[in-house]
Amino acid sequence: MKKKLLSLLLTALLTTAVLGGCGSDGTGESSGNNSSTGSSALEPAGDAAYGGSVVVGIQQDIDSLDPHKATAAGTKEILFNIFEGLVKPDKNGDLMNAVASDYTVSEDGLVYTFTLREGVKFHNGSVVTAEDVKYSLERASGLLDGTPLISSLKVLTSVDIIDEKTVQVTVGGANTELIYSFVAAIIPAGSGEDESGTPVGTGPFSFVSYTPQEGIVVKKNSDYWQKGLPYLDEVNFKIVTSTDTALLELQGGSIDIYPYLTDSQANELQGSFQILSAPSAVVQALYLNNADPLLSDVRIRQAICYALDKDAVNDFLAGGNATIISTGMLPTLQSYYVDLNDVYGTGANIDKAKELMADAGYPDGFDLEITVPSNYEYHMQTAEVVVEQLKSAGINAVIRPVEWNAWLEDCYNGRKYQSTISGLTSDATPGYMMNRFQKESKKNFINFDNAEYDEVYVKAAAAMDPEEKAGYYKQLQQILCDEAGSAFIQVPAITIALNPKLGGYTFYPVYVQDMSTVYYAE
Amino acid sequence: MRKPGSGKWNKYLTAGLIMTGIALLLGILGLFWTPYSTTAMSASEKFDAPSLRHIFGTDNFGRDIFSRVMKGLSTTIVIGSLVVAFSASAGILLGALTGYFGGLVDEIVMRVTDAVNGFPSILLALVLISLLGNGRQNVILALGIVFIPSYVRIVRSEFIRLRDADYIGRARLMGVCRIRILFVHILPNIFSVFWVSVMIGFNNAILAESGMSYLGIGVQPPDASLGKMLSDAQGYLQNAPWYALAPGLTIVWVVLGFSLFSEGIRRRV
Repeated sequence: MKKKLLSLLLTALLTTAVLGGCGSDGTGESSGNNSSTGSSALEPAGDAAYGGSVVVGIQQDIDSLDPHKATAAGTKEILFNIFEGLVKPDKNGDLMNAVASDYTVSEDGLVYTFTLREGVKFHNGSVVTAEDVKYSLERASGLLDGTPLISSLKVLTSVDIIDEKTVQVTVGGANTELIYSFVAAIIPAGSGEDESGTPVGTGPFSFVSYTPQEGIVVKKNSDYWQKGLPYLDEVNFKIVTSTDTALLELQGGSIDIYPYLTDSQANELQGSFQILSAPSAVVQALYLNNADPLLSDVRIRQAICYALDKDAVNDFLAGGNATIISTGMLPTLQSYYVDLNDVYGTGANIDKAKELMADAGYPDGFDLEITVPSNYEYHMQTAEVVVEQLKSAGINAVIRPVEWNAWLEDCYNGRKYQSTISGLTSDATPGYMMNRFQKESKKNFINFDNAEYDEVYVKAAAAMDPEEKAGYYKQLQQILCDEAGSAFIQVPAITIALNPKLGGYTFYPVYVQDMSTVYYAE
Repeated sequence: MRKPGSGKWNKYLTAGLIMTGIALLLGILGLFWTPYSTTAMSASEKFDAPSLRHIFGTDNFGRDIFSRVMKGLSTTIVIGSLVVAFSASAGILLGALTGYFGGLVDEIVMRVTDAVNGFPSILLALVLISLLGNGRQNVILALGIVFIPSYVRIVRSEFIRLRDADYIGRARLMGVCRIRILFVHILPNIFSVFWVSVMIGFNNAILAESGMSYLGIGVQPPDASLGKMLSDAQGYLQNAPWYALAPGLTIVWVVLGFSLFSEGIRRRV
């Protein structure tokens, strides 16, 4: 009889263990890991060594391997290792020459002359020629077949080959920020449609294989023009859609680098991993579809902004490390950013929110659906906090979790949503984020519609004087904030876990994972 | 408790009754009242260890875990009951018809249930969820469908056993209509076997629901559910073990309670 009872107990325990199984397994392994590395200093001591391979955990699948067609930030951050443009961003947010060794811009800002660097080779072994540059720029700008693949380049009117090593680009309108668009990848002439299957570029790593849902493998480009780079022989970008799984994989040793830790995960890994932190280039917001019948009322949008307690979000999710914002510009772009946190305050102002709602005809609150890409634990948890905050203003918000692809399809491209919590990545130009809120912009997924904004944007883009330009951008931010285009929340800190044996990880103000400088310390 | 004093079966039944009683009480209470709000967050109370104020501690948002366990328990019990009600009624209907009449329909239904049984139940439920979409109703529907075959089999075999019994033959001779024979003459006689399978089915439904919420496709946040709590807690195992222990042990408690209860019933009859 006792046996029976015991067996019953066991069955019950076992069946439940199935649920918690993965959890306990992973941590079991991790404690073993801790003891081997935990006591040593976490900064790698030795010099940089060549060779070795690392596994980098990434959060989502690739949308396209074609560098001109890829739109997802999670794709671009990887392709950064395979492709380069005439110029490329450096770690300070400035540009450095890449495929071009030098360039000049004419005084009226309409003609760009690029001199190609000697001896830059594609991964297939052939040397980059002026032909390749012409083809790449024409393809990206739509001069080739009429469809611009990179919208900021559509102002290009012609690309001319002056001589073997010189390419001249003529544009339709002057814009001092246009040079940032020449980070567009240079690919071999005529290779266009093959790029999505076998990407060939000039970057520090060359493409090896891609398996959907699994990841992408790249290997060292030994002909890379920057002598001494890269250090690693192979990098495997492994797709781990759940941060919980990623944590377990880190602890189990199957991932070496994971750049998207939550605050609590970072705490847990402290001691067994190097934990590095820097402001990200992501603008997280409760994006509001301005074309939605309810949200088209500016008072409702403002009410939502007032109801949010951004300090609490920062505290719960980022341990206070995030930067709170009220507009769509990265605070790291210091000369352009204007701090507008006073407009709605960083805490909750429920009275003001209720007042505005009553004005708009919803004194008793309303329903709001928040679509969230469920693979981003960070956004999901933010949503949980936000729902709770909105509740105190009488707004009955519900979370609708969707897959990443569905989010891209329905929310971002289809604009079929009411509101969404997500992050938009910005590059290092102030125009990048501001551009998307123009009425006609392809990227204006919140359907922001403000005539004054569009007017000022045109002026900002045309301004040649930096001071004047900054003034216009500040004006744009003010409009975006006053009109409550969306309820901007924060720029989260990016916290990465790095295998203690690795060194050389470089943070960029833009959203990229540069693996070329990463090395194993001897 | 038919034979007081013999005691052999009583222990199972008593233990089962007490354990499920407590769980049901908390679950039903959770539908109407919890000590704290299940969603109210408090930054100052993040990860408070179990204390008199919060007997199961608080989670990463400073929410009271005991309240969330209560709410999760009621969610689980409601979903479990509805799943069992759905699949058991469908099982009785299909099992009775196929068992009593046999023939081609029997053959087809049995092959279909074989096919459904061939898949792991959670996997099949996952497929259904991906077709139907997330959400509570869909979880109930998916699990309900997945669990039908087990009831069909039990009910069918009992009907086959009883359909040739003497008293059924006589009833038939007396001209009792078929529906009456099925549901008045046979059905009450298979209840002892049937209740046990309902209990087991209820356990399976609870585990399956927790499993699906754990995987993030069941009950959606901010609603509390035991499985989702387990998966949330996973990241904090080292600094807040109570967060995982509370929902985990609750599931063990409920499942063990129902197992004991059904074992008690089985031995009693």
